[in-house]
Amino acid sequence: MSSIKQYIDLYNEFGPRINTASHEVLNAMRPAALASLNECRMPSKGDENYEISDLDAIYSPDYGVNIDRLDVAVDTEEPFRCDVPNLSTILFYASNDIYHDNQLASSQLPKGVVVASMRSAEVDEVVKRYYGKVAPIDNPQVALNTLLAQDGMLVYVPAGTVVEKPIQLVNLSRAASPMMTNRRMLIVVEDMAQVKMLVCDHTQSGDVDLLNTQVIEVVVGKGATFDFYDLEEASAGTHRVSSMWVRQAADSNVLINGITLMNGTTRNDYHIEIDGERAETQLLGMAIASGSQHVDNHTYIGHNVGYCRSNELFKYVLDDDAVGAFAGKILVAPGSPRTEAYQSNRNICASGNAKMFTKPQLEIYTDDVKCGHGATVGQLDQDAMFYMQTRGISCREARTLLMQAFMSDIIDGVRLDALKDRLRHLVEKRFAGTLAQCRSCTVAQVCHTKIKKK
Amino acid sequence: MTAMLEIKDLHAQIEGKEILKGIDLTVNEGEVHAIMGPNGSGKSTLASVLAGNPAFAVTGGSVTFNGKDLLAMSPEDRSHEGLFLSFQYPVEIPGVSMVNFMRAAVNEKRKYYHQEPLSASEFLKLMREKRAIVELDNKLASRSVNEGFSGGEKKRNEIFQMAMLQPKLSILDETDSGLDIDALRTVAGGVNKLKTDKNATIVITHYQRLLDYIKPDFVHVLYKGRIVKTGGPELALVLEDKGYDWIKQEFEDSKG
Amino acid sequence: MQTDMDDKNILDAATEGEYKYGFVTDIDTHVIPKGLDEDVIRYISSIKGEPEWLLDFRLKAYRHWLTMKMPDWAHLDIPPIDFNAISYYAAPKKKEGLKSMDDVDPELRKTFDKLGISLEEQMRLSGVAVDAVMDSVSVKTTYKERLAELGVIFCSISEAVRDYPDLVKKYLGTVVPYTDNFYAALNSAVFSDGSFVYIPKGVRCPMELSTYFRINAADTGQFERTLIVADDDAYVSYLEGCTAPMRDENQLHAAIVEIVVEDRAMVKYSTVQNWYPGDKDGKGGIYNFVTKRGLCRGDFSKLSWTQVETGSAITWKYPSCVLAGDNSVGEFYSVALTNNYQQADTGTKMIHIGKNSRSTIVSKGISAGHSQNSYRGLVRVAKQAANCRNYTQCDSLLLSDTSGAHTFPYIDVRNDSSVVEHEATTSKINEDQIFYCNQRGIPTEDAIGLIVNGYAKEVLTKLPMEFAVEAQKLLQVSLEGSIG
Repeated sequence: MSSIKQYIDLYNEFGPRINTASHEVLNAMRPAALASLNECRMPSKGDENYEISDLDAIYSPDYGVNIDRLDVAVDTEEPFRCDVPNLSTILFYASNDIYHDNQLASSQLPKGVVVASMRSAEVDEVVKRYYGKVAPIDNPQVALNTLLAQDGMLVYVPAGTVVEKPIQLVNLSRAASPMMTNRRMLIVVEDMAQVKMLVCDHTQSGDVDLLNTQVIEVVVGKGATFDFYDLEEASAGTHRVSSMWVRQAADSNVLINGITLMNGTTRNDYHIEIDGERAETQLLGMAIASGSQHVDNHTYIGHNVGYCRSNELFKYVLDDDAVGAFAGKILVAPGSPRTEAYQSNRNICASGNAKMFTKPQLEIYTDDVKCGHGATVGQLDQDAMFYMQTRGISCREARTLLMQAFMSDIIDGVRLDALKDRLRHLVEKRFAGTLAQCRSCTVAQVCHTKIKKK
Repeated sequence: MTAMLEIKDLHAQIEGKEILKGIDLTVNEGEVHAIMGPNGSGKSTLASVLAGNPAFAVTGGSVTFNGKDLLAMSPEDRSHEGLFLSFQYPVEIPGVSMVNFMRAAVNEKRKYYHQEPLSASEFLKLMREKRAIVELDNKLASRSVNEGFSGGEKKRNEIFQMAMLQPKLSILDETDSGLDIDALRTVAGGVNKLKTDKNATIVITHYQRLLDYIKPDFVHVLYKGRIVKTGGPELALVLEDKGYDWIKQEFEDSKG
Repeated sequence: MQTDMDDKNILDAATEGEYKYGFVTDIDTHVIPKGLDEDVIRYISSIKGEPEWLLDFRLKAYRHWLTMKMPDWAHLDIPPIDFNAISYYAAPKKKEGLKSMDDVDPELRKTFDKLGISLEEQMRLSGVAVDAVMDSVSVKTTYKERLAELGVIFCSISEAVRDYPDLVKKYLGTVVPYTDNFYAALNSAVFSDGSFVYIPKGVRCPMELSTYFRINAADTGQFERTLIVADDDAYVSYLEGCTAPMRDENQLHAAIVEIVVEDRAMVKYSTVQNWYPGDKDGKGGIYNFVTKRGLCRGDFSKLSWTQVETGSAITWKYPSCVLAGDNSVGEFYSVALTNNYQQADTGTKMIHIGKNSRSTIVSKGISAGHSQNSYRGLVRVAKQAANCRNYTQCDSLLLSDTSGAHTFPYIDVRNDSSVVEHEATTSKINEDQIFYCNQRGIPTEDAIGLIVNGYAKEVLTKLPMEFAVEAQKLLQVSLEGSIG
């Protein structure tokens, strides 16, 4: 309750002003969010499923909130134009939690496809229909975001429409003083539609403390295909609390890949409910953390019906004082025959001070299943290290090569060749410690100065 | 004399797909029948259906075994009645020793015939005796059922079980597949040693090779779920020589 | 061919009926009134003639317990328990000065005969020393004299408090403090009896030590407490078995086992838990809420837990190893079978503190009927625990589509030289295996018994011989009627 109180107070005092600069559908949800928040407390360290992430502490500081929607100047041209060729996307961006419509980008979208701020009138109907319907309001993170979010991005792909080019959203965070932003996304992929999305988080404000909360709601229709790449390259002062809620209909195919390359403190929840038969889900993720970075991924895949398959793989490399956590649950509901579900979490602790906490879980209520999970925490293969050194490869280089190899199956899971190349390149640079030396990646330079090797 | 096995117009399917489309076959005491045919013709399905594998559904026809309705019996009762299937892919059962497995099988059969179970020493004596028939190593007998056995060991183990259970009708499903010539000789030798004028054998095989060792009285060719040709041992040699294409051709022509 | 003979017995026994230990022994029992307060604790302490420090320990535990709540994190649906509706002490009424076996109440001896652990038999044939705990009081400990020659102490904990107070005081509550958890606090307040084992330096205990627990009286709880200490270079293998009569009400069993393993010592602790599981509709049965923990304090010390859990309506149990010594070793081998409406949430904790410490966890869950079966385990590697290794394999086998199998491992690694591996699989029983058995004439129910015993073999082979046979029988018997 302690950390929540200041937000309730804020809402009670400035509620009308928050509403003024927002969409009526978002405003309509706030009373329910408030009621929920009055009933709950923010989880703190030691609570089940928050073994290492103290949300109460993360929400406690006094952050500023831009309730009057003053636009912050950000450089939208420079970031994310790295020296990786062939990645051609339809690019949109948001500065803090203000979503910018982009006519040029929108013109590249197939007919009927909408990528727009939730405030624009043309998206009214879809927002009304789906907003707040997938993410549960009794979750304190969701409730708090719902209470304060003033804008969001809507992605709408009508039935049968295939968006060939990936849609990219770049979230830029910048503030001169500690600030909270509440981001929201609603993605609706109707029956038989297909879309690929890349969402990149960047910070442009050095070591200022930022709290970015994010709630993403996704509805995937029958036979639809949805790929989502969630990439974070943020500063050490950034606290990210993100949750993604997905509902999958029959025969749909969903791929989610959560990548934490650079960050401060991150807590991601990926929550997938499979509601229709023959659906397929791939949930992948990787984290490379050094310094005092903190990465906590929490996942849930609910097999609510039979004949579906899910495959989950998360990999972490932790260096310096980094802390990693993974908690994954696969639930196979009663009467869900022929379910195949596999979950794996592999981790490398590369320094004596790194910590990894992992909790892979299976909860199975049907007998006709093939399920398995595995988790390992270990080190790089010392024999391979030695072998490479005898061939003249430096210890440092050998380490980099092995770490890259370790991450390769996550990158191989990317279903977009150009992005695969790009990611491979970024990971390579991350391990080589030269991510910041990419001239265009101004964002990453900030990271680099913050996170120095001890 | 009534036939030991009488199959009439047998139809069977798996997952809605019809595999057997009207099989007729009669097997008498003392006979050896070979069933040959190209891949996918339904040979293994016929073996599975006769043994009562629940994965297959019988959709028509009848099977009489020693005057009884075979299709009405549970798989274990078919076994007790004297039907033995040597599996093409013998199943591994981790942690269950061959000794326990076989003793359960032998004593269940004895129970079926209202006989006292064998004492441990009688049983072990029987094991020793039968092991010799297929030169099965004592070590294999103390291992888990089929686990870690080589292909040849698995097949020898099948024939060993056949010796233990003394069936009236043995169905050898592709018993020769994956065997080198020495193992083939051992396995076939075992089968021949167990042969009497009271029991019968159905040999399912793709190749003529096994029939050099186990001499058939009849050779049947199964194609598209039916027996399309029946002959003596010479038919196997023709098949070896000319392959199955001419059979397929004959079949298609007769249809046309 | 010893094994073959035993295997045969198993198959024979498999045709026998339901819970066969569900008889009630008709003996004169001393039960104190239901309910718990400080007076009850003082009363228990006084009838046992305990020293002041132990009463203090109990009272502190009780006061702490009052501040605690029943744990709710397990995957269990536990009906509310009225702790004032339980009698906290029940003992067979004692005749003065038991001198020999003949002095033991004949009814009581019959009970143990039915359990198949006739004391004489055990003494004479198997060389197993038995400490039988009926309800709460340790009845008779066999073989004491022979053990005494070696300096091995094996007696009830009440006797130990009287005869070896320094030893008990030194170790009691050091591995499981009364603050540890709700049930541990309750046990510390009210424990009535249990076994005490001390193996002196360099002594290899020449025989298996064994305790049989049985709840007999109605409306009583059983709160035994076992303390095992293996001094430097000592070795002991300890067996524990349990049964309870069939009753419609639920009965509470909240025990504590504490083990201390010193330098280069080894303790092997085996349990076959067959408390009454309740009937087919989930009525009755024991609530088995047990805290078992060993402290591998010495370098190169080793503690191995093996458990076969087939009984109890609800099981909440995590036999654990605190691997404090360098190069210490912890093992946990478990088979947990649940049928009908049983619930089990069981597993282990391996806490690596010592350098080069190693642990192995093998858990085999089997769920049938409407039961819920969960593995819950923690592997923690402390920062200073360099070069540790853990391997965990946990498999679940589902025999019905109305049962549940769940796996909740917690892995917490805090250094860069340790390797922790966890693998788990869940699947239903293999139909090809059943058909193969059927073809050889083995009916489905027997085939499942064979397959399940094969599946559990890796764990069963860790049990001492006599126990392994009993465990195999239990698995088969416990599954009866589970195949629709």
